[in-house]
Amino acid sequence: MAAPLTDMTDHTVLRLNGLSKRFGPVVANDDVTLTLAKGEVLALLGENGAGKTTLMNMLFGHYLPDAGTVEVADQAGHLRSLPLGQPQAALGAGVGMVHQHFTLAENLNALDNITLGAEPLLALRRNRRAARARVQAIIDQSGLSAPLDVPVGRLSVGERQRVEILKALYRQARILVLDEPTAVLTPQEADTLFANIKRMTAQGLSVIFISHKLREVLAFSDRIAVLRHGRKVGEMATSDADEAAIARMMVGADTPKVAHQAATPGAPVLQLRGVSVTGRSQRDSLTDLDLTVHAHEVLGIAGISGNGQSALANVIAGLAVPSAGTVQVDDTPIPRPSPAAMVQAGVGRIPEDRHHEGIVGAMSVAENMVIERLNDPEIQSHGLLRRSAIRNNATRLAQAYDVRGPGVEAAARLLSGGNIQKLILARVFDRGPRLILANQPTRGLDMGAAAEVGRRLLEARDRGAGVVLISEDLDEILGLADRVVVIRDGALIQAPDKDRAKIGLMMAGEPA
Amino acid sequence: MIRIEPRPAPSRAFAIGIPVLSALMALGFAAIPLLAAGANPITAYGEMVRGVFGSVFAVSEMLTRATPLIFTGLAAALAFRAKLWNIGAEGQLYLGAMAAVAVGAGAFDLPGLLLVPLIIVMGAAAGAAGMVAPTYLKTRFGADEVVTTLLLNFIILIFLQMMLEGPLQDPMGLGWPQSAPVLDQGMLPPLMDRMRVHSGLILALVLAAVAQVMLARSVWGFRLRAVGENAAAARHAGIRVNRSLFGVAAISGGLAGLAGVSEVAGLKGYLTADLSPGFGYTGIVVAMLAGLSPLGVVVAALFIASVFVGADSMSRAMGVSSFLADLVVSVSLLCVLVGGFIARYRILWSRKPEVAS
Repeated sequence: MAAPLTDMTDHTVLRLNGLSKRFGPVVANDDVTLTLAKGEVLALLGENGAGKTTLMNMLFGHYLPDAGTVEVADQAGHLRSLPLGQPQAALGAGVGMVHQHFTLAENLNALDNITLGAEPLLALRRNRRAARARVQAIIDQSGLSAPLDVPVGRLSVGERQRVEILKALYRQARILVLDEPTAVLTPQEADTLFANIKRMTAQGLSVIFISHKLREVLAFSDRIAVLRHGRKVGEMATSDADEAAIARMMVGADTPKVAHQAATPGAPVLQLRGVSVTGRSQRDSLTDLDLTVHAHEVLGIAGISGNGQSALANVIAGLAVPSAGTVQVDDTPIPRPSPAAMVQAGVGRIPEDRHHEGIVGAMSVAENMVIERLNDPEIQSHGLLRRSAIRNNATRLAQAYDVRGPGVEAAARLLSGGNIQKLILARVFDRGPRLILANQPTRGLDMGAAAEVGRRLLEARDRGAGVVLISEDLDEILGLADRVVVIRDGALIQAPDKDRAKIGLMMAGEPA
Repeated sequence: MIRIEPRPAPSRAFAIGIPVLSALMALGFAAIPLLAAGANPITAYGEMVRGVFGSVFAVSEMLTRATPLIFTGLAAALAFRAKLWNIGAEGQLYLGAMAAVAVGAGAFDLPGLLLVPLIIVMGAAAGAAGMVAPTYLKTRFGADEVVTTLLLNFIILIFLQMMLEGPLQDPMGLGWPQSAPVLDQGMLPPLMDRMRVHSGLILALVLAAVAQVMLARSVWGFRLRAVGENAAAARHAGIRVNRSLFGVAAISGGLAGLAGVSEVAGLKGYLTADLSPGFGYTGIVVAMLAGLSPLGVVVAALFIASVFVGADSMSRAMGVSSFLADLVVSVSLLCVLVGGFIARYRILWSRKPEVAS
């Protein structure tokens, strides 16, 4: 960036030629060829496991391709082949990456984070003034503003992301790879990001943008490449693309769309009155919160992550005991909430982190399916497990909920993410819960599995359950919820209607 | 770059081949110091085998040595399954032994049918208390049980020395720091005439079988495994994690206490401060060798007892230093542990990672 930006010419800055990578029997990438022109935004689309990350890891030298080459343009614009398997070479050639999970030191300020590692290790004195001037110049040029002197831990997610991008630009990146950059942003923050990127690409930066949100890809990229099962299955100019066509390309069939029909809410199934939770920080606290969920209703809780969603989910799941207030399920007050008490009261819980809280990976699929009902006489007699009953239960549920894997006696950790979620759905829905807590139920799932989760939630609603849907994906909430509330700073705000822009503003803390 | 990852599915031949191979390696390595000491390794190994299996007496000695190791091995294996790191079996063993002489050495003059169960129960209870206390500190204050249980060993040992020169000292013992003997009817009956192997072994084997069934087949074992493998998921599923921990703490400590009961009331008859040559610590090795499986503990305890007894007997027969016996024991253990590790994990010496992140 420090070098003067040359005029915009439509020459190629990056070419991936026939990259292939196998991991044992799994083909992660098969003969993928991609080019990136100067000043272009290329969207790389694909479901989870389609090979997007592997492809980028080969570009960055983290993986050594089995076949194929990578060429990057040098300062003068000539394509030069990049030595493979060497991350330093990729960095040196001007390729920068912003990961989905930021790699910032939270106790250092933005300036230190940006310059960290870009200076000689043994320099006697850091020339902070020159560094600051250079960072400021980049900020002025790109429009990416972030406070430079505040510890990064205190910055908002959007600001941290800008620091990550500045870090790459400071290393003179001419090609920037963004891995699902909007997953953590409010719609408004995402718009700002896109505007900044537009400005930078106009100055000659080239961007590869990994995503599976079709809407933003269509709105903002120049060209789209779609990966499926490791192969490039389509490439088109964004102006020629339409949403349904791309979705078909990604999943190989028509997207299963969840049809949402309105329902009439019934009696309250969950009532929280004046509930407060004192967490370790503001981020997991609630203050004097009232919430009512009715039968036949999906209540969507929108919000930027870290606004008290975890605390609210923990209260409903029985994991957190409120310091004040009452919890009532149906007509039954729960004086001392615990996970067992909530399950007993008819609450089905789909946890946010399915690997960490949802399953015991080392135990079998069958055991994980009964882990919430160990006192049930169908499962045990006199303290001994009824193993054939447990196996039959698992076989039945695996069939009904299409849980695929190496069998019900195999360890649950051997299942894929989507099948682990189906295991949890089976466990929850099979008991006919009165209330379902679904906390980020489709995070990390591919479109097919996500649609299945949505369908099951609506099905449960139609059977008369109340559903609390907590999600950071506003599209998901708007697609499934009958009513939306916004959570911010540990308090709930009723959304007037399902208006995307208004809800986005409320999430960001501005008056709607 | 060196990477270590679990083997996806070790074949049966592999699972059997590796331990055999590591045993052979152990023999090979142990031959070096034997040669240096001027002994013929082949003869020496012959003496080792004879020392363990050469006579009824030899087998009895080996089983006698294995008995406390089964108890302490079970104590470690069960606690470790719940990720409760009980390093304090040595101290709990002495607590059990103290309780055994406190009630068995004349305090209650009961018939054997009552006194033996009383000694067993009190010994187990004392050992249990020795593990429940650190578990309370862990669950209430977050005190690391590795540290507390380890340090408790030394506290208990010093307490034992105090007791042996105070309330528990044998008035007829000419001032030696030892307890009064357990009453004859309170002793665990021997299994064979004129042999040292005693019914503590039967108790150990029964408890190992019970532990195996409980772990695999009972709701209690289910909860224990869930807590050990993923406490957060267990808690989310409504399992009371602390309650499971206290339960397994009591059982683990109780088993270690029984090791002390078995040594005092089955073998020695009275308590001294050198009752255990580190059975509590060796129990950890036994448990690891057994892959934390209760039935595996029995096999591992028999193996380690064989090496101990065989190496001892060999050093006497060959006239080499008894330190050589210790060396042979250590080399065998290291080889088997490394072998077990290799059987479960594979080590990749590659520049490129094998599996996508």
